[in-house]
Amino acid sequence: MFTPQMLELFGVGILESLYMTLGATLLSYLLGLPLGLLLWVTDKDGIYPVRWLNVMLGFIVNLLRSVPFIILLIAIIPFTRSIVGTSIGSTATIVPLVVSATPFVARMVESSIKEVDAGVIEAAQAMGTPTLQIVTKVLVPEAKPSLITGAAIAVTTILGYSAMAGFAGGGGLGAIAINYGYYRYQTDVMLVTVTLLIIIVQVFQEIGMRITRKVDKRLN
Amino acid sequence: MAKEIIRIIGLNKTFHSKQGDVVALKNVDLTIHEGEIFGIIGLSGAGKSTLVRCMNFLERPTEGRILFDDVNLSTLSRKELLHVRRSIGMIFQGFNLLEQRTALKNICYPMEIAGWPKQKMKQRAMELLEIVGLPERANAYPSQLSGGQKQRIAIARALATHPKVLLCDEATSALDPNTTDAILNLLKEINLNMGVTIVVITHEMRVIERICNRVAVIDQSEIVELGEVKEVFLRPRSAIAKQLILPKGEGVAHMAGSRCVRIVFDGMSSFEPVISNMTLECRTPVNILFADTKNIDGKAFGQMILQLPEDEKAIERIKSYLESRGIVYKEETGDVHTANA
Repeated sequence: MFTPQMLELFGVGILESLYMTLGATLLSYLLGLPLGLLLWVTDKDGIYPVRWLNVMLGFIVNLLRSVPFIILLIAIIPFTRSIVGTSIGSTATIVPLVVSATPFVARMVESSIKEVDAGVIEAAQAMGTPTLQIVTKVLVPEAKPSLITGAAIAVTTILGYSAMAGFAGGGGLGAIAINYGYYRYQTDVMLVTVTLLIIIVQVFQEIGMRITRKVDKRLN
Repeated sequence: MAKEIIRIIGLNKTFHSKQGDVVALKNVDLTIHEGEIFGIIGLSGAGKSTLVRCMNFLERPTEGRILFDDVNLSTLSRKELLHVRRSIGMIFQGFNLLEQRTALKNICYPMEIAGWPKQKMKQRAMELLEIVGLPERANAYPSQLSGGQKQRIAIARALATHPKVLLCDEATSALDPNTTDAILNLLKEINLNMGVTIVVITHEMRVIERICNRVAVIDQSEIVELGEVKEVFLRPRSAIAKQLILPKGEGVAHMAGSRCVRIVFDGMSSFEPVISNMTLECRTPVNILFADTKNIDGKAFGQMILQLPEDEKAIERIKSYLESRGIVYKEETGDVHTANA
């Protein structure tokens, strides 16, 4: 089975999977990080409580979180088409991935920020720090190790979602597993893609843990 | 009399919760003068932490006014309040250093917030590291420092922007006795050398006795006693002050019926054998029933209870001797001890 064509297929599959995963992770963080911070800051125990905004954001996040990815993927096809111009292929898959991962990332960020010692925040307030600077100089830097660990988890989750997208015209290793391993009963292809996915997840996880250890100054 | 720096008028603070309202402070009036070390003592839950947080408006009073340097804090905008907070340093029981920053960067933090230029910031931070005695730990992270060292860095950080007042919220409660003494010495030095007014919140009498000029005793949300430390020590009036101040322990039965004096050592030279001189000079023996004294930098702090002879003339001689040496004392009867049993 390891013909040049197959090897090329796997090679492209890996690249497409990485492209979708990393692209979607990046965009999810661009949206999810501020959203998660906003959820924490506007909470009733946060540093700038705004009840209506918090309730509204929390509702939207929960709503999106409760739709299974495979359904969301299909449900928002018109939206995807309006942005990318098509609903199939790797780039098109990034859209539902971002829509699905952003609320997930926001909750991860929120829970990382919650780990920051309340005393440290109080000290920052006592030193006359404006709210925005508490976010940029205290919350994010102090939660950095936890945020990076969270990002490693988010990457692997998004990789899993991207594989699911293979059922609905997405690219990458997921599409290979489904098209060859499932529809054509090629068990060997299935096993190879599974192995590749496992390796990719391990690599991301390991990179995440290494960076966390390196940046966390509490562990020395 | 020195200028007022903090004035609290008719302060009430109530926390609203689902379980109902909790009164944290009731009718608190307090004036703190520039340059003094003011102590606030009380048991946990008495409201002292809330009181100190009202001084920099980390907690907003439900009622009443807080004047800092003649400015009514409740009239300030959010921005103005942040500005005022930069002239009020604060240190905490848990140190509250930024864990991901080095000692030096922690000290730089309030200066960053105040928008100082980089060069000036670094210079000031190094100067403060010298003052707190940790110049070689500039690049250490908090996790690499001991409790006492962390509190020193926190003190340096709190002093960075030249505050007028330093609020200490149970700052030594997490430290061992030796480290506590060292931190208290440092606070005293800072008060003397920089003229920073210090407000100390504690549940430990020895902290008050070591460094404070005046003390407020707080119990169940109210200030029950206020005055010079010496005065409150010698003549505690409230039950809670007696409980906090008077020596605990046995020997109660002994004292009933006999005449005793309580002597307070508040910093006289410990090289002088006071009791020994007294017995020699007055030619009468005394019995030491209780003693809890400490030698701090050659000065004696603490208290002692002496049982006096039955002879009235001898008692008079002892009293006039104590007075002539400027030693504060108070006659006690047996029920003092039972009062805190």
